[in-house]
Amino acid sequence: MSTMHQEDLWEDLRTTALLGTDRRPLPSATTTPALAAAAGAVDRTDPAAALLELAALVTVHRRAGLLPGPGPQPTAPAAPDERPALPEAAARRLAVLLSGRTTGANTTGTLANLAELLPQWLAGARESGYRPPPALVPALLDAARARSELRGDAVALAGPLGRWLAEQNPDWAYVRRTVTDNQAAAEERTWHEGLFAERVTHLTRLRRSDPAAGLELLRGTWSTERAEDRLLFLDALQEGLSEADEPFLEAALGDRSKNVRATAAELLSTLPGSALGARMAERAGTAVRLVDGRLLVTPPTACDAAMQRDGIAPKSPTGRGERAWWFGELVAATPLGHWTAGFGLTHAQLLDLPVTGEDGDEVDDSWRDDLREAWARAAVRQHDAAWARALLGPAPRRTGAARTESAQPAGAPAKLLAVLPPAERSAWTAAFLQTHGLGDAFQLLGSCATPWTPPLSTAVVAALERAAGSGAYPWSHSGVLGMTERSLSPATAPAVEALAADATPDSAWAETFGRLAGTLRFRAAMLAELAEGRTV
Amino acid sequence: MEERWSTEHVLSLSPDAASAKAAGKLSGPGPWSGVGCNGTALWGACKGSGSTPYRTVIELAGPAYQCSCPSRKFPCKHALGLLLLWSSGGEAVPAGGEPPEWAGSWLAGRQQRAEQQRTPRAEADPVAARRRADRRAARVGAGAQELRLRLADRVRHGLADLSTAPSPWEEVAARMVDAQAPGLASKVRELESHTDEDLLAEYALLHLLAAAYERVDTLPAELAATVRSRVGFSTESAELLAGPTVRDRWLVLGVRDSADERLTTRRLWLRGAKTGRPALLLAFGRPGQSPDLAIPTGQLLEAELAFHPGTRPLRAVLGTRHGMPAPVPAAEAVPPGVSPARALAGYGEAVADDPWLESWPTVLTGVLPVPGHGRWQLTDGKEALSIDTATGPGLWKLAAVSAGRPVTVFGECGHRGFTPVTVWDENGRATGVS
Repeated sequence: MSTMHQEDLWEDLRTTALLGTDRRPLPSATTTPALAAAAGAVDRTDPAAALLELAALVTVHRRAGLLPGPGPQPTAPAAPDERPALPEAAARRLAVLLSGRTTGANTTGTLANLAELLPQWLAGARESGYRPPPALVPALLDAARARSELRGDAVALAGPLGRWLAEQNPDWAYVRRTVTDNQAAAEERTWHEGLFAERVTHLTRLRRSDPAAGLELLRGTWSTERAEDRLLFLDALQEGLSEADEPFLEAALGDRSKNVRATAAELLSTLPGSALGARMAERAGTAVRLVDGRLLVTPPTACDAAMQRDGIAPKSPTGRGERAWWFGELVAATPLGHWTAGFGLTHAQLLDLPVTGEDGDEVDDSWRDDLREAWARAAVRQHDAAWARALLGPAPRRTGAARTESAQPAGAPAKLLAVLPPAERSAWTAAFLQTHGLGDAFQLLGSCATPWTPPLSTAVVAALERAAGSGAYPWSHSGVLGMTERSLSPATAPAVEALAADATPDSAWAETFGRLAGTLRFRAAMLAELAEGRTV
Repeated sequence: MEERWSTEHVLSLSPDAASAKAAGKLSGPGPWSGVGCNGTALWGACKGSGSTPYRTVIELAGPAYQCSCPSRKFPCKHALGLLLLWSSGGEAVPAGGEPPEWAGSWLAGRQQRAEQQRTPRAEADPVAARRRADRRAARVGAGAQELRLRLADRVRHGLADLSTAPSPWEEVAARMVDAQAPGLASKVRELESHTDEDLLAEYALLHLLAAAYERVDTLPAELAATVRSRVGFSTESAELLAGPTVRDRWLVLGVRDSADERLTTRRLWLRGAKTGRPALLLAFGRPGQSPDLAIPTGQLLEAELAFHPGTRPLRAVLGTRHGMPAPVPAAEAVPPGVSPARALAGYGEAVADDPWLESWPTVLTGVLPVPGHGRWQLTDGKEALSIDTATGPGLWKLAAVSAGRPVTVFGECGHRGFTPVTVWDENGRATGVS
């Protein structure tokens, strides 16, 4: 009751203050006896001063008498997290990595951009099955909100607490759409409500675990998807591709969108037993024949409707002759088994054969290059390690001769390398570095599994040393250096430290090597902390 | 042997994340030579990029640092690195040595200055000092009178009437600075930022303060001290420490740093284990420097505190320390607290003593943080306190630590709501949420 009067008096005072005591009289106090007594003692000679004094009185009265509000409906607590707590040192490390995200001013400091190390840490932590300190979970969710590639690991690590927080903060709505291995509830919702990138990720993951279910999911909404979305969804079918997908892909050859048709054709061509593969092999049989120990090339003279339906574009986008373009496309889409089985030769033998054009006995290098190029594309598409190995040739060796001695591999070597098993990939790249240095190695290094194997790491360090010795500037290798900080084996740290010590003091290379060594130690410590306790 | 600090403690001294990282690289014995410690200080030489190694010396009690490196960061990475090396224990920093001459002379100089500080400066000319004080009191009095009249003028014409608004408040604030009343000046500046809802209350309380100063000589001593300090009179630490002090085992309940372009301000809230008294220590640092007082939340420090006088003494200065800060025993890690209703009543009692008090340090027990759209609450199931809307994204940390279960929260309880500073989890571990 008294509070009521007090609030009335306060509103009255405010109105008078807003209008001015020149225009409105002072309110008369009808309130609790104590307040009324104090208010009565106020000198009212000057109405303005009196108003301020009354207002001070009521303000203090209100503040001293504040009461709590009614309790709100509490939310249900988060499900308990049974995982063991992250070891102390690793928890501190996570805090540093997460704070590194925001200290943008420090990117030129003594360590690699810490944000680049966060993915490695998260993958390691997820694998080791720890529960993060709750106070770090909001920062973790913020980091993964900005970087979708972190989401799978971050959401798995954040666990039940992360999902509980996400229910209350719309900024973290992605959490419920992110699929982790032990959580199936998000799946339907992701596909129907998710953002495009999330849907692609979801489809890719589903294909990895259950290809048939993935195909069913896509088939369910296929007709309503936009053309550019259909293209990337189709691309996601690469994961777990099998004969079971062939009818769907064959139907997609009739799609309205040219790019969708081309992608469907490309996928079909990687299915060894597909009808499209058989049609391509038939065309390839006409285009390349084995005559007198030579491969005789007869490129197609037209791109008929059937070829176009099978994904061969009638117009060459490269500016090369149309017939050469059609030829390349059809060889690239031909199952590689066609050549070895059809001619009864190994890939190595096939690659050694001379190649001639349709008219003339002259060995034609341009057709030979076209053929190798197309085979290389086929090897990448069909994930054929034997062909990729043959096309790459032996790992380049450092010899006394000039570097031109080693034949340039056909196609994009980085793509061919990606078909090889990881160990072979690293070994080949290491040998390449010894011969060619860092200049052309960026993509090759990018195709190697991280962390790099010790031999590859050693080769990279040696190449960096040569680059430093040759007088090049570190920033001309900034791409490789950035990758090196993330990927170099921590065991290489002593060698890098030695380079830092040997470099001219205060030079750019001394700083580069010092920074790299610091990063390696940081990474080594980071992984050791996560391993700590896992073995106990 | 002395207790060595935890790595966490050392890192909390770091002015920024970059320094902490750089210090981590200097935390091995590699770059160091001639290191030693004697229980109150440690010293060593660190090999840098130059030919002469940097000489680093740290006095642990402050802590205070001295390093010959050119870094503007304070403490620099060398000081932090040396502390880290020392905190890792073992033989890396052998104990019981004598500091080398360069370290010893700095330590001796510090001690001398500290002693000078403890004995109040004897005024060279008491008559002149008295005259200066009188002159200032007169100027502040004139300033307070002018402010009171200006406030009344605005209310006379109406707060809504901008056309006849007299000189903008920025100019009035400048006049208060001239009148040597910095407390009034900063309150005048804040007038611009209040919402209509609060504006009359702020006018009224400022008017009350100015009026109170005009008759400060007639007020009871404590109230007069409160008025003087709010108007902007400061009391020197040495003078306070020369007076009565309170010795207790002080538990750090929370730490909050705030920074503007000129200054980093660190607030440390303490509670005496024996007396139950709350205390607030302030420390300041220039930008890029960590304030020189760093005791992490959850540490206990046996020390003498001298409180600034007033009706509700809270702000204090740190006097003699009896030993190093140590972590509070696990059984006492979570401080006892009160319900939301009791917390508001506590603020009410405080504001009855000091009408200008915005908030009062408070520990809440068994409260559940409930996120809401634009308005968070802390509830004990029956009643709820609103969380001050000015509280930042640290609120989500509070929610995460709670995970929907009741927790203990320390913060400031005031008329704008509750501002959380620290939350304790079920294991008694404290997390800063401001």
